[in-house]
Amino acid sequence: MTTVVTDNCQKCRFTDCVSVCPVECFHYDDEMLYIDPDVCIDCSACIPECPVEAIFEEDDLPEAKQEWIAINADRAAPLPVCIEAMEPLPGAEERKSELGF
Amino acid sequence: MNQPGTKDNPLRIAIVGSGPSGFYSTEALIRSELTVKVDMFERLPSPYGLVRSGVAPDHQKLKQAIQVYAKIAEQPEFNFIGNVTVGKDISIAELCTTHHAVIFTYGAETNRRLGISGDDLPGSHTATEFVGWYNGHPDYRDRIFDLSHETAVIIGQGNVAADVSRILAKNVDELKHTDIAEHALAVLAESNIKNIYIIGRRGPAQAKFASKEIKEFGELAICDPLVDPDELLLNSESENELRDKSNSGSKKNYDILSKYSSLPTSNKQRQCHFTFLKSPIKIIGDGRVEKIILEKNKLTGDPMRQSARGTGQTIER
Repeated sequence: MTTVVTDNCQKCRFTDCVSVCPVECFHYDDEMLYIDPDVCIDCSACIPECPVEAIFEEDDLPEAKQEWIAINADRAAPLPVCIEAMEPLPGAEERKSELGF
Repeated sequence: MNQPGTKDNPLRIAIVGSGPSGFYSTEALIRSELTVKVDMFERLPSPYGLVRSGVAPDHQKLKQAIQVYAKIAEQPEFNFIGNVTVGKDISIAELCTTHHAVIFTYGAETNRRLGISGDDLPGSHTATEFVGWYNGHPDYRDRIFDLSHETAVIIGQGNVAADVSRILAKNVDELKHTDIAEHALAVLAESNIKNIYIIGRRGPAQAKFASKEIKEFGELAICDPLVDPDELLLNSESENELRDKSNSGSKKNYDILSKYSSLPTSNKQRQCHFTFLKSPIKIIGDGRVEKIILEKNKLTGDPMRQSARGTGQTIER
């Protein structure tokens, strides 16, 4: 089991999740955040924090989002660790309302 | 004298307790702009508090948090002083003469008993004792747990109740690869427990388990979860609660419990019964626990703030 960030994070990158993560498992690029499955302890604290509901436990991942398991696993580790909350990406609020939140 | 927090005059902090809060406090101090020196005092020889002695031995991944604390502990600003009890070996007043500030992060060390008649009988234990015992905590490792009876009653429906019930529900093969204490494994291997009742004061919509924890009961080798479908009937306030988007965890729990309520008859060795709307009012026994009297409850109040009220009707377990 692992916990994954999915496409709703793209162009938002709110990082509320990072503030509650006990283990620094979030990594980031210019688009979004990713969870390193080897570091994440599956505490699920981040899931309710995400304002755009981008984070799922693997078991709850909708069929259409299954690919994000591999994307998180492949991308996270080589990217820099996000150790504390950052400013959301420009346009994050617009993107959030587009997503219906 | 200059303000503490500089290279010449570092801010000296004493932290009492070495669990997660102690380490996150240390991390925040080290990350601050001030120059700090942190001395962490722990009454046991080893650090990590409840991550070591609280997190269930079969939840290894959660224990990985220790790696983060170990990294913090490697920082040059950090010093660990184990086997020293603040308040006994060293006083707070003394700490105040050697440090600029003291942070207390020692958690809740004591038990809270039910406060009902019979809760001091042999066979009635707090989770602190049982969890400490199976995790090999030095304060509890010598406790005796008599598992020669067929019924165990767990009061409460949070994640600790889930841990305790799951440890009782698992067989030795499921436990021996975990880091459960050897003395506990030996006693659990001889367990006669067949029925585990997990009792909640409020209803199935208010159970506080993380859904992941409750899901594990459907995946056990020799134990099936059981839920009486009648106990899943909801009042309209609880139905409202489950429709609330911010309450999706409870909805998930309810869906899992519903699934359990329609499972075919269990032919496994053990059954774990989730039961709701009951409060313990009395424990009865001659020299040890034999029976518990539960009062049936009903819920009153507005959605999301419903509380349990006794109906006067009682049952025995």
